[in-house]
Amino acid sequence: MSLLHRGRWITLLGLALLAGVYVRALAFTPVERLQGPAQKIYYLHVPAAIWAETAMVLVGLGSIFYLFLKDRRLDRFAAASAEVGTVFAAIVLTTGPIWGKPIWGTWWTWDARLTSTLLLFFLYIGYLLLRGAVRDPALGARYAAVLGICGMCLVPFIHLSVYLFRTLHPQPIILKPSAPSLPGSMLATWLFSLGVFTLLYVGFVIQRYALSLLWEERNGA
Amino acid sequence: MAELLRQAWAVARKDLLLEFRTRTAIVSAVVFTALVLTVFNFGRDPTAVSTLDLAPTILWVTFTFAAMLALNRAFQLELENQALEGLLVSPLSRTSLYWGKLLANLAFVAVVESVGLPLFVLFFNVPVGRVLLPLVAVIALATVGFVAVGTLFSALVIRTRFAELLLVVLLLPFLVPPLIGAVQVTARLFGDRPLSEAVGYLKLLAAYDIVFVSLASFLFRFTVDE
Repeated sequence: MSLLHRGRWITLLGLALLAGVYVRALAFTPVERLQGPAQKIYYLHVPAAIWAETAMVLVGLGSIFYLFLKDRRLDRFAAASAEVGTVFAAIVLTTGPIWGKPIWGTWWTWDARLTSTLLLFFLYIGYLLLRGAVRDPALGARYAAVLGICGMCLVPFIHLSVYLFRTLHPQPIILKPSAPSLPGSMLATWLFSLGVFTLLYVGFVIQRYALSLLWEERNGA
Repeated sequence: MAELLRQAWAVARKDLLLEFRTRTAIVSAVVFTALVLTVFNFGRDPTAVSTLDLAPTILWVTFTFAAMLALNRAFQLELENQALEGLLVSPLSRTSLYWGKLLANLAFVAVVESVGLPLFVLFFNVPVGRVLLPLVAVIALATVGFVAVGTLFSALVIRTRFAELLLVVLLLPFLVPPLIGAVQVTARLFGDRPLSEAVGYLKLLAAYDIVFVSLASFLFRFTVDE
């Protein structure tokens, strides 16, 4: 089975399971007492956010190794991870306001986390624009790697600078030093969703990777 | 280290000499700064928002825009007659080339800022006398950070299409952390708050400078080598 097909199957499996996440979150997970049904979006929002940020770190790591090893596979991976990260950041930025409107009464606020996610999204867009703006593929890969490494180093600074502001955003309830503070059934749904998003990330990246491979073969690069 | 600084100085001196002889870019940048400050004056309602509340924003938006103009120039001028190739075959380490460009850019931006600051005080009647020294220190701290990243990125975009536009798009997300820090510290200085309130932001600015100056010095070689 070719790489593209393998990626396609993983993605299809991920999408089928995503439907399962919806069913489980809506029908088999208790409704949160204060936020009501709006809280359901949490099961999509947080896993997408985790992968949007992880993808940037992976772009940075892939870029570092690409600059030293000059292995084309690492560059293809960084490019794929950046594109998928862009999609996940867009998911975070669209699901967030849907939740924010009923709970905060506003679609958008210049809150710490919203701002940092928006900047992450701009960072991804800049990265993809730079890749598209260079004609020579080898040169483009190296430029993108430099930007990818800078981007990875920028993420903690964005976090620090915006966290010095007060935040309205709910504090983490799973990824925190103490034990997760939500009921077991909600945690199970969330973990299920995180697994599905991981699968989707892998599936999308493999497909994107295979596509750049095909493109390179066709253009004799 | 001494050799590195000597080479860097040679590059910076060449750039500054070129600039001094033509003076087109520096005069344009200074005029641009004055114009942005003027436009700000018409873009606000003095009866609704007091100048002091808006002052840090005006100052930093102006400086950021002016710095980006300067950064576009740095490597653009090396494209003519393949001057960049000449620099690359000369016995000059890549790091000193970067440092030279960084020094020249810093000098350029410093000139623009030293004209912009008095104009800002004049136009908006902000009392800076008491806090002048810390204000200059904050301006220097923030400027080093974003000029360091900007110098690296200007080398990154010269061989791309729409270089000027791309530089701004790539650079602005990187300007946000120093900008936040600088605006917050400036606001506290103008508001006569104790400096201890701004320590977190000052640390952030210093850390940003250290990380990005070293990172850019290291990564620069990958942007120019063939």
